[in-house]
Parts: sequence; structure tokens; C-alpha cells
Amino acid sequence: MNSNIPKWVDIGLIPGLNLLIAFALAGIGVLVVGESPYRALTILLQGALGSSYGIGYTLFYATSFVFTGLAVAVAAHAGHFNIGGEGQAGVGGIGVALICLSFLGDSHWLLVFPIAVLAAVAFGVAWAFVPAYLQARRGSHIVITTIMFNFIAAALLVYLLVNVLKVEGTLAPESRRFGEGARIPQMNEVGSWFGLQLASTPWNISFFVAVAACVFTWLLIWKSKLGYEMRAFGASAEAAVYAGISPFKITMVAMTISGAMAGMMALNTVMGESQRLILDAVQGAGFVGIAVALMGRSHPVGIFLAAVLFGILFQGGAELAFEMPAINRDLIVMIQGLVILFTGALENMIRWPISSFFDFRATAKEAAQ
Amino acid sequence: MSFELIIQLTDSTIRLTTPLLLACLAGMYSERSGVFDIGLEGKMLAGAFGAAAVAAVTGSAWIGLMAGMGVSVFFAIIHGFAAITLRANQIISGVAVNVLAAGMSAFIGQNWFKMGGQTPQLSGSGRFNEISLPLAETLSGVPVLGAIYSDLISGHNILTYAAFVAVPLSAWVLFKTRYGLRLRAVGENPGAVDTAGISVERQRFSAVLICGVLCGMAGAYLSLGTSAAGFVRDMTAGKGYIALAALIFAKWTPKGALLACMLFGFLEAIGNKYQSITIFDLFVVPVQFMQALPYILTVVILAGFVGKAVPPKSGGVPYIKER
Repeated sequence: MNSNIPKWVDIGLIPGLNLLIAFALAGIGVLVVGESPYRALTILLQGALGSSYGIGYTLFYATSFVFTGLAVAVAAHAGHFNIGGEGQAGVGGIGVALICLSFLGDSHWLLVFPIAVLAAVAFGVAWAFVPAYLQARRGSHIVITTIMFNFIAAALLVYLLVNVLKVEGTLAPESRRFGEGARIPQMNEVGSWFGLQLASTPWNISFFVAVAACVFTWLLIWKSKLGYEMRAFGASAEAAVYAGISPFKITMVAMTISGAMAGMMALNTVMGESQRLILDAVQGAGFVGIAVALMGRSHPVGIFLAAVLFGILFQGGAELAFEMPAINRDLIVMIQGLVILFTGALENMIRWPISSFFDFRATAKEAAQ
Repeated sequence: MSFELIIQLTDSTIRLTTPLLLACLAGMYSERSGVFDIGLEGKMLAGAFGAAAVAAVTGSAWIGLMAGMGVSVFFAIIHGFAAITLRANQIISGVAVNVLAAGMSAFIGQNWFKMGGQTPQLSGSGRFNEISLPLAETLSGVPVLGAIYSDLISGHNILTYAAFVAVPLSAWVLFKTRYGLRLRAVGENPGAVDTAGISVERQRFSAVLICGVLCGMAGAYLSLGTSAAGFVRDMTAGKGYIALAALIFAKWTPKGALLACMLFGFLEAIGNKYQSITIFDLFVVPVQFMQALPYILTVVILAGFVGKAVPPKSGGVPYIKER
């Protein structure tokens, strides 16, 4: 197919060009509202990377996006589009909160954290399980069912926060604050163990879990038999069936791992930041995950880099909103949309011309010989 | 349940059904032609913004409606270009439209009107006002039928009537015209249509454009035809996805779309009126359950336990013309 395209063009140049177009359009947006795109970019980068505080927030956001990006990527390798990261992460948050609100919340984080990880995984998986089963056994389109499950999760979360977990005598739909034992160390504390001075930010040890999840995904997809089967199924379901690969098994496994990744995202925000269950614990990370996975070409390294880039956008964007009143969080959402559009939907606009260039060169070379 | 209450709930159901129905029919054209569209939500939102912004500036609801449809069609063209011309993943393209529309409408709105992403309140000719059908006043005194005529049938705005007229019209277009036959054919077996010398791309593009127009109307209804009287950030609040759910529920037919949208509209009407419902003093159904019910029902339908929803056979598959 695209065999004539060198690898560096495939994973470097094409996504790079697409990204460039997306940012150029965002730059025009900045220009239209009467601000200088260059100054906006400077403020954005300065706000995200210019201080220990900025970097902390950037990596805090990035941690969430790594999880949701991996969730999309793992499913994508098996040929499924898990658009339900938002719901799976939300339900994962319920799992985390239930552990932290139980008697365990008053013990020690070394005990609570592993259990909370398991709870996040279990709840995230549970929310991905039904759509996966319905896809595998009854052929229900997984995109539609996961969208529906996003909304069911949102309703469930509201119900729990309004009717069950709300603190009596308050109006805010949020649970009580977790016990001191359920507070996981932030990176500035981790840093101080090693004599490092870091600003206090919500960047927390979930980051290590996210890095471990990247390594796990790499081993799974490229170094295990299961991963090979997943990729084979994703590339051609019919051929995979001939090779004796069970569609049911692959769909269930891929969606289980995907749901687990999405569920773990809640560790970062619920346990690492808000310290209570709130309505907006996912902060739209489920949908950012789609952009991250597309940009990172579903490879853990690419996803990590893309997640950091979106972390920069979120943190830098927040700083930018302070400096330039005309620019707000919505511009970041717009950039997110542009990235999905150009690296995902309109990718072939760049790929096809480049591909025919290399095809042409290959033919020319052959002719010369 | 008193008669007034039934009238009141039905009236509210009709109002809430209107945007769902327009968006659902929009999705029907697109998906029948083989182009999946999860971007209904985004197109509606963009349409609502475009309509409200232009209506606020010009003071005319009609010009606003045109603008809303124009903005929505713009996004439809993006989707069509990606999904049909570039043969991209239609789900990704739909997500892009949704995210982009949410970001752009709020960003442009904030910088245009400086009201936190809202548009100015519309009044008078800037809105679609309720139309009083002939004799509605006179007949309102007649028991039962008078109330039904003057409260239920009369007193809606033009877009509501348009939405309900669009149902038989779509059924006619889809099943009784040559265009409709070709539309259904490219969704089922594009290869056959191609062999007959009809352009699959053009046929699909036309369906996507109709989808854009109808989504724009749905959006314009939200910002120009409801009590909101203007654009509010994220005002579609998932209605595009409910319309998508209704489309599956409807098994991609116009009549089904009407019934499914009315059912979902009714659930929303109940949810708006009651915070919780007690059944036989035994169960208390929380309002959140009512809100989640359309989605739950759709999953049940998709699972095939209650009738099977079979999508158009070539839905979501880009057509590659053999050379």
C-alpha cells in the first residue's frame, strides 16, 4: 500500500505537517481576535514550561491524557473505536472514591493506593465490558454503545453525588473529603525525599502508573502473542479469523484493557487532585484521549509525547487566559478539534500527495535501472 | 392525571421533540447513504450559534435561520470531504466536528459579543414566535377538542411545523422518488449504483448536505424558537446524541424517527416536570434515571433483544471506485 513511504515520513513528517496546519489555523484565530500569535505562543510556553509550577501542572494534565490516550490506542489496535473513555473514567472515579471513602481512607496511602488502582481498573473495565460483549456477541456497534454508556455514566454520577454521597447540609454535588490516609504524595513531596525543590502542584504519583501503563502497552502490543493477535485482528478481521484468532476473545480483551486504562485516569484527578468525588472529575480527558491517540499514532511513545503536548496546551492555555482576556479555554478546545480534524479526519489530504511523490520516485528509480 | 396535565405534558413533548426530530431526520439522510454521522451534535450546536449570532445582529429570525443552516452545512462539507473524498474514518471525522464546533462557537461567541460565550437576548422578529392557527381563540372554549386544537396543534413556531411536515416528506423522498431509491442504494450496495453509472460520491455528498441543512434547522430551533431566546454555551447538551440514539431506535425510517423522538421528547418532558416519580408507593424513580432512559433503551435495542436494528449495510465504509 504505502510501502514506498520511508518510515520517518510516515511517523514524523506527515503528523508534523498536519499538526502544523492545525496550529496555523489556531494562530489565525488568535490573529482575528486582535492578539499576536507569536506573543500568545510565548506566553503559552512560558506558562506551561517556564517554571517548576507550570511544568507540574503540565505533567498533571499529561498524566490524565496518557491514560485516556492509551485507552483509545489499545482498542484501536484491535480495530475498535472506544469513544467511551469519558464514561469509563467517570465510573473509574466512582470506584476510586468508594475505596477512599471507606474505612481504608483512614489508613495509609501505601495500602489505599494499590487498592484504589484495582478499583479504578475494575470499575473502568465494568463500564467497557457491556459494550464489548454486545459488540462481540450481538454485533451492536461499539461506537454507539460506548457513547450511550458515556451518558448513562454521567447520569449515574449525578445520581450518586446528589442522592447518596453528598454531604448533608451542603448544596454542592460532591462527596466528603477523603481521609488523610487516602492522600497520595504529590511530586513535590516525592522530590523532597530526594532533596529536590519542586513547586506544589497536583502532579502526583499516578504519573508513575501512567508511565508503567505505557511500558505495559508497548510490551503487550508489540512483544506478546496476544498483542500480535490484536493487531492482526485490527488489520484484517477476516484474515485473523482464518488464522484461528477468536474475534470474541480479542474484542473482549482489547476492550477490557482499554476500559482499565480509562478507569485509571480517575486516580490522577480524584485521588491526586480534588481529594473528593466531584461531578467534573474527568475534565473532558476522555475526548482529549482521542486526539492524543491519533497524534501519537497509537504508539506509547507517541502517546506520551502527545499527552505532554496537550498538557502544555491546557496549562499554558489557562495562563494565556489570564494574560489575554480575548483568549480562553475554548480556544484550547478548538485546537483540540483542529488536531483531531487534521491528524485524523483529513490526514489523507497530506498523505496522498506525499505518497504519490514517493511512488513516483520509486517508479522512476526502477525505470532507471 | 387530569386533562390539563395531559395537554401540558403533550405540549411540552412536542416542543422537546422538534429539535430531536430535525436532527434525527438529518442523520437518517446521511446514514442511509452510507455515511455515519456522530457529528449531529456539533452541527446542531454550530447551527444554533450561527442562527442566534446573525439574528442578534440583523434582527431577523429568517436571516438567522439561513445563517444557522449555512454554518451547519459548512461543517457537513468538512465531514463529507473527509468521509467521502478522503475516505477517512467517519467516526473520527464526526468527533472532530463535535469538538471543533464546541470550541469555535464558544470562542467566537465570547469574542464577538463579550458575554461569556452567549449571544444577546433575542426578541420580536429576531425569534420564531408562536403561530396562532385560525380560529384557535374561538375554538378554545370547546371542551376537549378545543383545548387540543388551540393548545396542542396551534401555538407552535414555524420550525416545529416544519419538523413534523418533514416526516411524511422524508418518507416520500426516501421511498417514492428516484433520488430516494439511489440514496438507499448507495448505503446498501454502492458498487451496484456505480455500475449503473451513478456517482456514489455525488449521491453521498448530497445526503450529507441535506443532513447539514436539517441540523442547522434543529440548532436554529434551539436558539431562536425556544424560551432560551439566544445562544448559550453547549446548549445542545447531548441532544445530537439523543437524536442519534433515536435514529437507531427508529431503525433508520422516518415514521420510526417520529415515534422514537416523541418517546424521547416525552421522557424529557416528564424529567423536566418531576424531580422523581413514585410508582405504587414502592419504587422511587430518580430523575437521573429518566434522563438516562433514552440511552439505556437504545443499548437494549442495539443488543437486539427487542427487535433488531440493522444499519445500512455499507454504512461507515468509504467507497473505493475500482480503476
